[in-house]
Amino acid sequence: MTHTFSRRDFIRTSALASTGLLIGFRFGDATELEEIGAGSDFAPNAYLRIGTDGTLTLFADHVELGQGIMTALPMIVAEELDADWSKVRIERMPDDPSAWPRPIMTVGSNSVRGSWQPLRRAGATAREMLISAAADEWKVDRSTCRTEKGSVIHTPTGRRASYGSLATAASTLTPPQSPPLKDPKDFHILGTPKARVDIPSKVNGTAQFGIDVRIPGMLVATVVRPPVFGGRVKSVSSAAAKAVAGVKDVVQFESGVAVIATDTWSALKGRQALKVEWNDGVNAGTTSAEIRSDFTRLAGTSGAVARNEGNVESALSTAPNTLTVDYELPFAAHATMEPMNCTAHVRADGADVWAPTQAPTNFQRMAAQIAGLKPSDVRFHVTMVGGGFGRRSRTDVLEDAVRLSKLTGAPIKVMWTREDDMQHDFYRPFGIHRMQGAVGADGWPVAWMHRIVTQAALGGGRGANGAPAVNFDAVGGAVELPYAIPNLRVENIITASAVPVAPWRSVGHSQNGFVTEAFLDELAAAGKKDPVEVRRRLLAKSPRHLGVLELAANKAGWGTPLPAGSARGVAVHAMSGTYVAQVAEVTVEKNQIKVNRVVCAVDCGVVINPDTVAAQMEGAIVYGLTCALKNEITIAGGRVEQANFNTYPMLRLTETPRVEVHLVPSTEAPGGMGEPGVPPIAAAVANAVFAATGKRLRKLPLRVSA
Amino acid sequence: MASYTLTVNGKRASVDVAPDTPLLWVLRDTLGLTGTKYGCGIGQCSACAVHIDGEPMRSCRVRIGAAADRHVTTIEGLSSGTLNALQQAWIAEQVPQCGYCQSGQLMAASALLAAKPKPTDAEIDAAMNSHICRCGTYERIRRAIHRAAGTTRAEAGR
Repeated sequence: MTHTFSRRDFIRTSALASTGLLIGFRFGDATELEEIGAGSDFAPNAYLRIGTDGTLTLFADHVELGQGIMTALPMIVAEELDADWSKVRIERMPDDPSAWPRPIMTVGSNSVRGSWQPLRRAGATAREMLISAAADEWKVDRSTCRTEKGSVIHTPTGRRASYGSLATAASTLTPPQSPPLKDPKDFHILGTPKARVDIPSKVNGTAQFGIDVRIPGMLVATVVRPPVFGGRVKSVSSAAAKAVAGVKDVVQFESGVAVIATDTWSALKGRQALKVEWNDGVNAGTTSAEIRSDFTRLAGTSGAVARNEGNVESALSTAPNTLTVDYELPFAAHATMEPMNCTAHVRADGADVWAPTQAPTNFQRMAAQIAGLKPSDVRFHVTMVGGGFGRRSRTDVLEDAVRLSKLTGAPIKVMWTREDDMQHDFYRPFGIHRMQGAVGADGWPVAWMHRIVTQAALGGGRGANGAPAVNFDAVGGAVELPYAIPNLRVENIITASAVPVAPWRSVGHSQNGFVTEAFLDELAAAGKKDPVEVRRRLLAKSPRHLGVLELAANKAGWGTPLPAGSARGVAVHAMSGTYVAQVAEVTVEKNQIKVNRVVCAVDCGVVINPDTVAAQMEGAIVYGLTCALKNEITIAGGRVEQANFNTYPMLRLTETPRVEVHLVPSTEAPGGMGEPGVPPIAAAVANAVFAATGKRLRKLPLRVSA
Repeated sequence: MASYTLTVNGKRASVDVAPDTPLLWVLRDTLGLTGTKYGCGIGQCSACAVHIDGEPMRSCRVRIGAAADRHVTTIEGLSSGTLNALQQAWIAEQVPQCGYCQSGQLMAASALLAAKPKPTDAEIDAAMNSHICRCGTYERIRRAIHRAAGTTRAEAGR
C-alpha cells in the first residue's frame, strides 16, 4: 500500500470519508514540533490517523534498518494518546519523497531524537480533541473525562466511547495550541518492552529486501568496476560474455562494464567470460604503507583547532611525566549483510525505483537527474534494508541501475556481488591520531593534546581560502572530551587519499572513542592510578557520564579478582544524547585476545522500547568488536586487497562475549541508539589487554605481538 | 541448459537451467523463493542455508544437479501456515534486527533441533558458527534455540 500526499490537498485535520481523524504535523530541523497547522502553505511531514475502527496509523519518515523504528515511533504517539497498543501501526513512507517537506534520511541515530517532541505533541493533540468530542456529545464538562486504552471515559458515570467512534466528530474541532504532555512517571507504554512489528516477516521469509524485488520483464545486471580507484575502461572484449546463455547485453557505461542477463547466475557467468583492460590511472601505485606515511608526516604539522583550553604547550613542557604516541585506525568496510543492489525501471514519462536505502530523498533526486525526469515523476519504493551502517546513504548503486535501465529501456536489477561490495565501498577513513599528554606530580592528568589526521567522511575540512578548517565529523567524540583536564587541545588535519570514504556507524566517534579512552588509560597508568578512579575524578562534573561509569563498574565487579591471564578494561563515551560505559573482561592466551564478557551501562534518557535499547547495545558491541579484533581494509596497487568474508572476517557466535546491558533511569529527552554502543568497545578491550599483559595496543585491529 | 526435477517445500518443481547453476539462484530467480538470501557466494556466511533431505546445506555451493530428485526445504516451507516453535522462539527473543541473515540462521537451527532436540551450547556453537550476522544477534539466536528446545544456556563459560 502506498500513499502520496500533496501539500496542496492537505487540510490540517480532515474528516476523510470513513477514515476518521487525520492530523498532520511538522517536524522541525531538530526536536521541536513546528506546528500542527492548516491552510495552503502548511506542509506537514508526519501524519496520524485514527480510523473509525479505532486503528491508529502513523505515517512517519524514517527507514526501518532493524533498529526498531517502526515500533518505537508509534509507541511515542500511543503513549500520549493513551491508545490501545494492539490497534497501533505504522505505515510505510510515501513513494514521492520530493513531496515531503524535509529530506527523508535515516542517519546519525536521529529517528527518535528528531521525532520525540513532535510525536508526543501530535498524540496529545489528538487525545485532547477526542476528549472534547466525547464531552460535546455527552454534554459534560471535559475536565470530568479521562482516557484509557483507546477510549474516553466520563469518570462520574463510567460512560465510555472508543476513539474510533469519536474520530469523525473530533476531526471537526480546532486543535488545541498547547496540549498538556504526560509526566514521564505516568508512562505506561514507553519503557515497557513491545514486540517489534517488523520481526514476524523476518522469521518466515516474507520480508522483502531490495535484492528480492522481482518485476515483470526485469533483467539482472552485474557491474565490473575499475579495480584501481579512479581507473577507467581501456577496452572491452565482450564476445565470450555475450555467448553465455541468458546474457542479453554487455554495456560499457560510466561505472565500468555491465553484463545484463535474464537472471543472476547468467549475469555472473557472463561476467566471468568478460575481458576488460583498464587504464589504472594515477592511483595504480597507491599502498597502505604510503597512505600511512603521508598521514604520519602530517601528524607532525599543526591542524585546525577545534577546541583549546589552558595552555597545552606550557603544561607539556613543565609536567614531570609526559608521553607522545600515535594511534592508527585502518580503513574499514561497512559489509552490510545484504550486498548493494537497486532496481530501476525508467520510461519516457516516469520511473519506478526500488532500493534498500537510508536516504530516499537523495536517491529519488539522483534517479530523476540521471533519468532526465522531475523527482516527483520517480516513484520511489523503499524496501526492507539488510543493514545500513552509513553505507546506504550513497547513491552509487542507484546510479548504476537508473543508467542501465535508461540505456536499455528494461527494468533492471543491479546486483553487486560480495566482492563488489567490499572492494567498492566508501570506507571508514584511515586515521593517524597524535596524542600528547601529561600527568602532574600527584599523578592526575594535566595536559591533553589530540591531533587527528584523517579524511572527511562527509566532505569539509577546508576553509574558503584553502586554510584548514574544523571538520565536525572528524573530531566528533574528541572535541567533546568530558574529562576535566585543565590544558586541552583538539585539532584536525583533513587530507585526501585515493580511497573513497563515508560515514561508518558512529562516524568520527567510532575512531575517537577508541583513541580518547585508550589514551586516557595510558595517562592513568602513567600516574599510577586506577582507570575507574581517574575517570570518576575527572568526570565529577559530568553526572551522566559518571552515572554509567559507576553502574558499569559496579555490575562488572571492578576491582574483584579474575583468573590469571584475564583482566578488565573500561571505557566511557557519549554521543547523540546517549551515555555509554562498557567494561570488557578479556583473556589473553598465546597472544590471542578472547573477550569473555562485556558489561554495558547506558543512559539514553527516557527509554522508548527497553528491549530495543538492549538489542542495539548488543549489536553495536558486536559491530565494534568485529572492527576492533578483525577488520582492516588494506590497499596495494591502488586496489582493495580484501574481497569477501574469508579475507575480511566477521565476528561469529563463538567469539561473541556475553553482553549485559544495564539502564540508568532518566527522564531526559531520549538519545540515539543506533550508534552510541560502538565507540567504547575497542578501547575497553585494548585497556583490558593492557591490564592483562602490560602491552599497550594503539592500532586497530588489536594484535598482541609475541 | 538442462531440465531438473526437485521437490521444494513439498511441491514438485521442474526447472530448465544451466547445469552449473547454484541451487541458490534456482530458488531465488527461477522459483521466486526469495526468502533464501545471497550473502557471499563462497560458503562463508550461510545466509543461503536450506535443507536438502533434511540436512542443512549452503545453497550457493550446491549445483542444481546435486539437488535434483531430492527434497529441498526453504524458509518459506519451514512451517505450514502458523509459525513453528522455533520461529515463535525467534519472536519471543526478538532475535532479528535487519533480518537479512535470519532465514539461514533459522534453517540451521531447525536442522540442529531435528537432530538434537536438547542441544548443548557446544552443539549450538558447532551448528551455528558458520553463520554471519552483521547486526550481532548471536546471543539472542542462542537463547531462542534454547527456548525452543526447552533447555537453558550453561551459566559458566562454554
